Amino acid sequence: MPLAVGKGRLERGVAWLDERLGLTSIREFVAHKTVPVHSGTLWYYFGGVTLFLFAIQVATGILLLLYYRPTATEAYESVQFIMTRVQFGWLIRSIHSWSANLMILAAFIHMFSVVFLRAYRRPRELTWLSGVALLGLALGFGFSGYLLPWNTISYFATKVGTDMAGSVPWAGPALARFLRGGDDVGGATLTRFFGFHVAVLPAVATALIGLHLMLVQRHGISSPPWIEKRFAATGGRVPQMRFFPNFFLREMMAWYAALGVLGCLAALFPWELGDKADPFASAPAGIRPEWYFLAPFYTLKLIPSHVGFMEGELLGLIGFGLLALGWVLLPFWATNRAGVERTRLVTGAGVVVVAYLATFSLLGYLK
Amino acid sequence: MRRATIWLALGLVPAGLAAGPPKDSCVECHAALADELQKPALTFATDIHSQHGFSCADCHGGDRGADDAEIAMSAAHGFKGKPARKMAPQLCARCHSDVGLMRRYNPRERVDQYAEYQTSVHGKLIASGDEAAATCIDCHSVHDIRAVKDPLSPVHPLRLPETCARCHADAARMAKYKIPTNQFAEYRQSVHWEALAKRRDLSAPSCASCHGNHGATPPQVSSVAAVCGSCHAMMEDLYDKSPHHDVFAAMNLGGCVVCHSNHGVKMLAGEGSVCKQCHEAGSAESRTAAGMAATITKLDSALKSSDAVLAQAARSGMEVSEAVMKEQDGREALVKARVAVHTLDPFVVQKAAEAGMAIAAETRHAGEAALKERDFRRFGLLFALLAIAVTIAGLWLAVRALERGAPPLEESGRR
Repeated sequence: MPLAVGKGRLERGVAWLDERLGLTSIREFVAHKTVPVHSGTLWYYFGGVTLFLFAIQVATGILLLLYYRPTATEAYESVQFIMTRVQFGWLIRSIHSWSANLMILAAFIHMFSVVFLRAYRRPRELTWLSGVALLGLALGFGFSGYLLPWNTISYFATKVGTDMAGSVPWAGPALARFLRGGDDVGGATLTRFFGFHVAVLPAVATALIGLHLMLVQRHGISSPPWIEKRFAATGGRVPQMRFFPNFFLREMMAWYAALGVLGCLAALFPWELGDKADPFASAPAGIRPEWYFLAPFYTLKLIPSHVGFMEGELLGLIGFGLLALGWVLLPFWATNRAGVERTRLVTGAGVVVVAYLATFSLLGYLK
Repeated sequence: MRRATIWLALGLVPAGLAAGPPKDSCVECHAALADELQKPALTFATDIHSQHGFSCADCHGGDRGADDAEIAMSAAHGFKGKPARKMAPQLCARCHSDVGLMRRYNPRERVDQYAEYQTSVHGKLIASGDEAAATCIDCHSVHDIRAVKDPLSPVHPLRLPETCARCHADAARMAKYKIPTNQFAEYRQSVHWEALAKRRDLSAPSCASCHGNHGATPPQVSSVAAVCGSCHAMMEDLYDKSPHHDVFAAMNLGGCVVCHSNHGVKMLAGEGSVCKQCHEAGSAESRTAAGMAATITKLDSALKSSDAVLAQAARSGMEVSEAVMKEQDGREALVKARVAVHTLDPFVVQKAAEAGMAIAAETRHAGEAALKERDFRRFGLLFALLAIAVTIAGLWLAVRALERGAPPLEESGRR
């Protein structure tokens, strides 16, 4: 029978691949991979949503590369061409810009869910570190990509951002010069940021994503300690859901929902192009960075120009640097030397950081 | 002590250590007085002369280094007291007409203000003994004089009309000169005021642009067109070649102001056209004027209509910056058509307007296309959302079906 023949061919094909790729072991691994089921399972989807949005970034970014030209004289015009002349160019660019923002939002939610669900605990310290590094890279993607349309707002926001980098003690001037490719933001900065955005950052991000996912597979998905205790008290274990297909199908629903939100944002609020950057014009009033940099930006604005013997901006940058370092090292101070978890301290720190980011971002947006 | 003496003897004490701010007993004493005697001491710090190191004594005489008021304000030390109003121009001119001195502080500053002032109506009145006429301090203020470019200066371009109006809009003050006092009110209705006050265009004309500043005098009939033409060169050129030029000259009328008025300068078009003042309704000239006005109004309306469509598209997030840029060319064509009116030739106006009409049609079409595209996107979004919703529902049903047969929960598994 033709069907039987076809099936036989398919089986032979799979067997051929299995022999060379070891598909059986992968199938075995996927079949046994599980996800804990409890009241906080919903938060597990945000890691996948972040990954999905990153994939959209890569796909739309490649399409934009077909037309984008990274020079000060052509960048703005090329984006304008994409927005007005290229079939569905507006959609690709708007989705690229909106998904970048949604990806950073999803990454933040994922990070705070890890903090509040205590998923950073031993032996997942490296998973946490790779995740925080990925968030840093996402912010780097945002900062470097913001300049690429070469419009007024992005130009002056980059000026402010690289000025801040220049205030970093000791290495600041060299860092600012390295970022700008000169003394001021110009064509060299654009070319450099383009290089970071499409080559350096994606390469590092791909490697880190691989490491992050490998660590997640290695250690499995963490259950919150209070859930584990509750089930342990009754002599059982936390119920588990098969990753494939049960969790995967649900994750796909989240991806489709994210796609719907992206479509709405791109169609109803297409990402603006603004006016072409004019390095000789004065900075427009109310210049401010993207929302994810608003909280530190607004905080630095509130600090007086001089605090004691120190420049206010420098003091702010040192403060942010120390806080960021403390946050990165969270898994290492979340447990004391006796092995007891500092639950209240971590929860308190998490709540304070979320409240600070939300309040100061809002104030920075409104002021 | 010994070392200090040696340094002083050698004249090598650093300037910053040896020379503090020079003593100024005028400011010290007057700051402790009250009312009018105190005011100059308080405001003088903001005065540009103070900032350049001049003191009260440079105008009023006296010895600012003396602690004793009797000595400081003694005739022996050249104290002059409060100069008479009519002497103010001469007093200011001592420095402001001195090329060598002015070059030290402001090399680009003119030094002919006093010479000009003497030719002005104000200067002549002062010379004739009328002390009510304006002198330097009436416009520039006194004791708190600021640079013209300082926005707080009463002669800064944005504040100059109000400064002139302080006297010229005062009916009681102007009564004895028998001149009108409605110039400022009329000016505030003009296109010049709109450019200056509303668009903050510092190059827009105000009183001094036409009347002169230090040599302030009203333009005469013979010079009105030249005054307007100093900015509106093309209009002046076309007017000189137009039939109006010879007619107005023969009637001894002042060129541009016959149609445009003087202080309340307006653009003339459409309803309320001044042409009716001279040309009877129904006459050939009146019909020509109406035709030119209609051409300009039509272009203006077309541009406004295009502007509204493009603005609506931009509000919807559509990228229409190219069309908006193109529309600027249409506005230029409108200006050219308005300028062409001075030829009084409807064909020249029509030709200038046609280019603008074509641009307005093109930009409006671009705006309408953008709005169509917006609607297409919204329809596409609706379709995509439906497809996404159906897919999510399908996935949900698949999960339900999957878990109905076999429970999703496993009691064992890795954590």
